[in-house]
Amino acid sequence: MINEKVICAGFGGQGVMSMGQLMTYAGMLENKEVSWLPSYGPEMRGGTANCNVIVSEQMIGSPVITNDATAAIVMNLPSLDKFESHVEAGGMILVNSSLITKKVKREDVSAYYIPANEIANELGNPRIANMVMLGAYLELAKPVDTGSILEAFKKVFGESKAHLVPLNKEALERGAAFVKALRA
Amino acid sequence: MAKVLMKGNEAIGAAAINAGCRYFFGYPITPQNEVPEYMSRELPKVGGVFVQAESEVAAINMVYGASGAGARVMTSSSSPGIALKQEGITYIAGAELPCVIVNIMRGGPGLGGIQPAQSDYNQSTRGGGNGDYKLLVYAPANLQEMVDMVQEAFDAADYYRNPVLVVGDGMIGQMMEPVEFKPYVSKYELAEKTWATDGTKGKRGPNIINSLFLDPAKLEDHNVKLQAKYKAIKENEARAELYNMDNAQVVIVAYGTTSRIAKNAIESLKKEGIEVGLIRPQTLWPFPDRAFETLPEACKGLLVVEMSMGQMIDDVKLATSCRLPVEFYGRSGGMIPEPDAIADKIKEMLGGVK
Amino acid sequence: MAVVFQKTRGLTDVQTHYCPGCTHGIIHRLVAEALEELGVLDDSIGVCPVGCSALAYDYFNCDMHQASHGRAPAVATGVKRVHPKNVVWTYQGDGDLASIGTAEIIHAAHRGEKITTIFVNNAIYGMTGGQMAPTTLVGQKSTTSPYGRDAETCGFPLKVAEMMATIPGAAFVERVSVDTPANVRKAKKAILEAFKCQIEGKGFSIVEVLSTCPTNWGMTPVDSLAWLQANMIPYYPLGNFRKPEEAK
Repeated sequence: MINEKVICAGFGGQGVMSMGQLMTYAGMLENKEVSWLPSYGPEMRGGTANCNVIVSEQMIGSPVITNDATAAIVMNLPSLDKFESHVEAGGMILVNSSLITKKVKREDVSAYYIPANEIANELGNPRIANMVMLGAYLELAKPVDTGSILEAFKKVFGESKAHLVPLNKEALERGAAFVKALRA
Repeated sequence: MAKVLMKGNEAIGAAAINAGCRYFFGYPITPQNEVPEYMSRELPKVGGVFVQAESEVAAINMVYGASGAGARVMTSSSSPGIALKQEGITYIAGAELPCVIVNIMRGGPGLGGIQPAQSDYNQSTRGGGNGDYKLLVYAPANLQEMVDMVQEAFDAADYYRNPVLVVGDGMIGQMMEPVEFKPYVSKYELAEKTWATDGTKGKRGPNIINSLFLDPAKLEDHNVKLQAKYKAIKENEARAELYNMDNAQVVIVAYGTTSRIAKNAIESLKKEGIEVGLIRPQTLWPFPDRAFETLPEACKGLLVVEMSMGQMIDDVKLATSCRLPVEFYGRSGGMIPEPDAIADKIKEMLGGVK
Repeated sequence: MAVVFQKTRGLTDVQTHYCPGCTHGIIHRLVAEALEELGVLDDSIGVCPVGCSALAYDYFNCDMHQASHGRAPAVATGVKRVHPKNVVWTYQGDGDLASIGTAEIIHAAHRGEKITTIFVNNAIYGMTGGQMAPTTLVGQKSTTSPYGRDAETCGFPLKVAEMMATIPGAAFVERVSVDTPANVRKAKKAILEAFKCQIEGKGFSIVEVLSTCPTNWGMTPVDSLAWLQANMIPYYPLGNFRKPEEAK
């Protein structure tokens, strides 16, 4: 049964909030129980940002993820430092290795190092590093289908951004392919 | 209608407009800014009016004027801003006008913080303003309930001619969940607002909106009339959700988002063979006393969990007439209770792990 | 017998509570006459404040809304936004408008709210028993300035009309007095102009009316008028400070 509790974290502008929203929206489209809880306040303006996403096949109680995250997607170093301890044993941490050279210390979680910024740059748009990370996570945890994410993309960002769907799809696929190769 | 994914604060605005609210007067304060932002964007599209007031004091007094003029009107704020609105709220209650006020609570006292809290329970239920008045206070725990309650709040306000408060916290204001806007059917029969100040048109005597009664006997009569109304609200509107009450050894009492965290604790204790129930007040005033009349036989005590230093605990003691021990676990200042900590507290109440 | 004069329909038959010699009565009549003459009485909604005119809702023969201290312009904003075609006005004293309600009056003008404010300046708090107001003159004794207002610690009296005339949204600002028949006529004209400004949708309008308070000044009504002429008019000059055509 799907019961994914994901922390998405990075600095403002890395798209961690929208990464979480896409997953939440996609879950809703698949009739799953979902919740999205952001950090808020002054830290959001240029500082670190994070959101808690729950996609589940059972009723969601608390929308807060404390020490029971099934996964953390960390886009910068302060996020790794802050959330490494929040992942439950057996969970996974996806590290944006383009910006984080440090390694995950814990041995009871699976760590994946994804050079998201490099891959995004190869695709010609540095702003879609978040989608590379999301693609990697979707491949590993499969909380929702990639198709639902792309459907959600149109809902979250509006029809005016629909022309960006192919690029985002590619980013998701590159992220997925990268971790598939790591596991192979 | 299909479900939509909305942020809590925006869902509040959408629900209000859906309920026919066309006037909103507000002032920026974190963590409820998406409410005025949403209203400033959406109200003009439906022929409504948004005014950003010079202060919370002015905003609630604009609400007072608009409500007296017969409109469906709302304001929203967060704790320190709601404190400022108390003057207007008591006037609105005194003048027997309907309106909806939303408090997306943050930590206090003073400027406090901006993170989620529930430390305005007393302010909400005891009357933060002067005089003998009461507000009907809804406390939704998820966004669907928030939407349903905001819509209902407008009808209840009109029906009782009384301000209605909807309280959430920064968490419910900021989070996103799917919501569905079902065609809303009012459970109240609403009378025409023949008392509104919309000009006599030479067809009737002046309508006067007023809370001033210089004659003590008349003011007392007014208070007796208000009390009769509050009694009716108490009889008709108190409500609570009961969860996992069968064979509960301890019953948690928690409202709003805290009740959701409590449910996580209840589920994890269940796995350890400990049955814990939950009484979740959905209205804070009137407090759902009746939910406490028959507690499970196995119940050894109650645990009040709040994001405050303990404010609702008094009402729980009153509702149970102190028949059973009432303990408290709370976090404050924007710190959020953790399910494990609640579970530990329950184990402690039961005399350690069995 | 031919009727040569009758009370305006704009006032009720309720006996007012105002003290003998107080000029509130004159000002009430001017406002009521203006509303009647403009044909808007039955479409008007008045907002009365806290202070001597707190009970004005009983005296005006139109819909009335009693507001909390200083907040009448905010209440009027709420009413006007719901009924933009109705004539909405506030009637406020100097404690109400110039002290506790400065934010509300400034911002109603600032937004260019299409409401009209009648501001009664008698240089004292009347209802509460003669305390110092922001408009109390330097040296003037009150129950909270028993040695006379000291500019060093209390500042100089606030000139509301001049201040309001600096606000872009204020389309009509005039200061008048009701100390002589000629000035009463001028006051009436200003009040009519102010309401017209609202009816024509030109913006916020305010008329400051210099008024007496024989009871709290401790003078006879006649001496009060003389005191107003000798002391208030020199500090609070009469005249227009802003006309709609000048407003930006």
